[in-house]
Amino acid sequence: MTVALSGKEIAGQLEGKFPGSIVESGRDCIVVNSDSLLAVAAFLKDTQGLDLDYLNYITAIDYYDHFEVVYQLVSLEHNHSLVLKTRCYQRDNPTLLSVVNLWQGADFQEREIYDLMGIRFEGHPNMKRIVLWEGFQGHPLRKDYL
Amino acid sequence: MEVGGAGKYVYPAAELDRAEGEAIEALKAGSQQPISDPDQWLDEELHRNILLTTVDAVINWARLSSLWPAVSFPACCAFEFITAEASRFDLSRFGMEIVRASPRQADLMITAGTLTWKMAPNIKRIYDQMAEPKWVIAMGACAISGGIFASSYNVVPGYNRIIPVDVYVPGCPPRPEALIYGIRMLHKKIAKRSLLQEG
Amino acid sequence: MALKTEPFVLNIGPAHPSTHGVFRMRSTLDGEVIVDMEPVFGYLHRGIEKLAEERTYTGVIPLTDRLDYLASMSNNLAYCLAVEKLAGIEVPERAEYLRVILAELQRIASHLIAVGAFLNDCGAFMTPILYMIREREKILDLFDMVCGQRLTYNFMRVGGVSQDIPEEFLPALRRFVGQMPGFIDEYDRFLKENEILLARAKGVGILTREMAINSSAGGPVLRGSGVKWDIRKADPYSIYDRFEFDIPTGAAGDCYDRYRVRVEEMRQSVRIIKQAMEQLPSGPVRSEVPHLIHPPVGEAYAHIEAPKGELGFYLVSDNSIAPYRCHVRAPSLINLTALRDMVVGWKIADAIIIFGSIDICMGEVDR
Repeated sequence: MTVALSGKEIAGQLEGKFPGSIVESGRDCIVVNSDSLLAVAAFLKDTQGLDLDYLNYITAIDYYDHFEVVYQLVSLEHNHSLVLKTRCYQRDNPTLLSVVNLWQGADFQEREIYDLMGIRFEGHPNMKRIVLWEGFQGHPLRKDYL
Repeated sequence: MEVGGAGKYVYPAAELDRAEGEAIEALKAGSQQPISDPDQWLDEELHRNILLTTVDAVINWARLSSLWPAVSFPACCAFEFITAEASRFDLSRFGMEIVRASPRQADLMITAGTLTWKMAPNIKRIYDQMAEPKWVIAMGACAISGGIFASSYNVVPGYNRIIPVDVYVPGCPPRPEALIYGIRMLHKKIAKRSLLQEG
Repeated sequence: MALKTEPFVLNIGPAHPSTHGVFRMRSTLDGEVIVDMEPVFGYLHRGIEKLAEERTYTGVIPLTDRLDYLASMSNNLAYCLAVEKLAGIEVPERAEYLRVILAELQRIASHLIAVGAFLNDCGAFMTPILYMIREREKILDLFDMVCGQRLTYNFMRVGGVSQDIPEEFLPALRRFVGQMPGFIDEYDRFLKENEILLARAKGVGILTREMAINSSAGGPVLRGSGVKWDIRKADPYSIYDRFEFDIPTGAAGDCYDRYRVRVEEMRQSVRIIKQAMEQLPSGPVRSEVPHLIHPPVGEAYAHIEAPKGELGFYLVSDNSIAPYRCHVRAPSLINLTALRDMVVGWKIADAIIIFGSIDICMGEVDR
């Protein structure tokens, strides 16, 4: 069975290394600050014992006052997983750091989040719309579209 | 436009994308009303020239017995079309087993799948490249009216916004037997054509 | 005298004469060799995730059928598992066994098309795919017996399946399962050591192990590169922990290995169906679930091993009758991330084969 790593434990480890990065930690997920996202992600990928080298998916949800971006990371070797979340509070031009240099699997998924939700990812080599066309007005998956 | 090795992500210029986007928006703005179905074949008073009836019959028989479909396989209905072509529901008994990759060699477009605004200029281009006489079978609910996806932001509500459709085959997806029935109806429609209608 | 050449941009697609749907590869060519490639898709983007927010939980099931339309039962299963996890609904035993039997039959049907289309692209024009469609018709007849539909079934429900199987299903299934290994042996006899297939597919489009893991590949693409990761063994869902089966893996990560992985998976699926048929209990096929499901506020992610990779549904609920957010973790989209690295350096004809060996379904890529 894939063990879901305990959010509280990982949060404890991360607070030690990157103070101020954890916003909250749940039973199997941790919420980090959008500024420390890249550092935390690199730590989770490279640490022995965690080895979260497989990015399962990235998705974004529109809760009316903020966007929440969810990453699920899995370790194929140890068979455990962790859910990493981060929040963006701006509505007009939200930006986050891209993790495409750590996990190349984030390539299309981040472009899709930009296309459908409007969150830009800095550091992505090809940040443009993927399923809709250039010139499409709006971001359809937002709650205030249509 | 630069060329790089594998590992360096070099992408083509954004002007291409922008031009394509403008083409899509222009097509979307111009397709707000459905195109009416071609219905000259319903005219009761066909002023047939008595010298041409046998010629008409032979030419129509030749055309309907060898309709060659063009490649247009967007979505799920494509697989019912492919199984219709396979050995159980053999379409080659109607002379239709070769699906022509080049639209210039085809005379039938079986639209098997949902049409989206992003794909619409391409379908229009394929239709325009087919030589006359050409026919269109709208296969499946998505092709007739947008189907289960009709209220979506990217779906064209029916192929008849973009191209004129001759036969509508309902189903989601229609069974191969239903598609063959639709093809037979198209054969009956073609059999009523007259040389005088062309040109 | 040196010949002056310059690279040239060619569009492969979106309408191309192979059975893979509307996918476009904007390739930069130097002669016949591809030096750069950009995949462009979205030509089948129907907005399923947005439409799912407007339908009730049960009403999303027909939408999920149309995601990977070659494996509708698997899509239904993944979605129903996600809703059951969110709402805490139990599934009766008979329904679990029926789900496994149908999901494995669906895996065989999907792999038959995958292998057939791959061989079509290799140049064996139409012959293998006609043989495989012959087998697939038998499976589609079985599905027709169960739910009346051949392609998009809408059969699984939250809490079980929608109705019980008719009496003629099990004898027909037994007959099919008895014949199927013979058919797979027939395909192997013609194709496994075929010179042309070996020349075209062995060593072509290699995806290394590190690259596969880094680009989040899944399913036969990941297993063909030597990673023994199958959700049915790593994180068993439903009742897969009660069955014995192996996980075939490849060694080199080329197109030939992915093809072999799919053929061996078909054999393993037959094995699972035989075990499930013997153990099938009687009982109800659906637990008591209200018509309008109101799951508690929260989120859930459920994943299965679909024929194309790991298919998952991420559902967020706000205690209303419709999902607040339904995200589909589409295996075909994520397997395509590595396509550029696999294709660069090969010729156009090889690019078609490499693309065919990943086995994607555009309904899933674009959603």
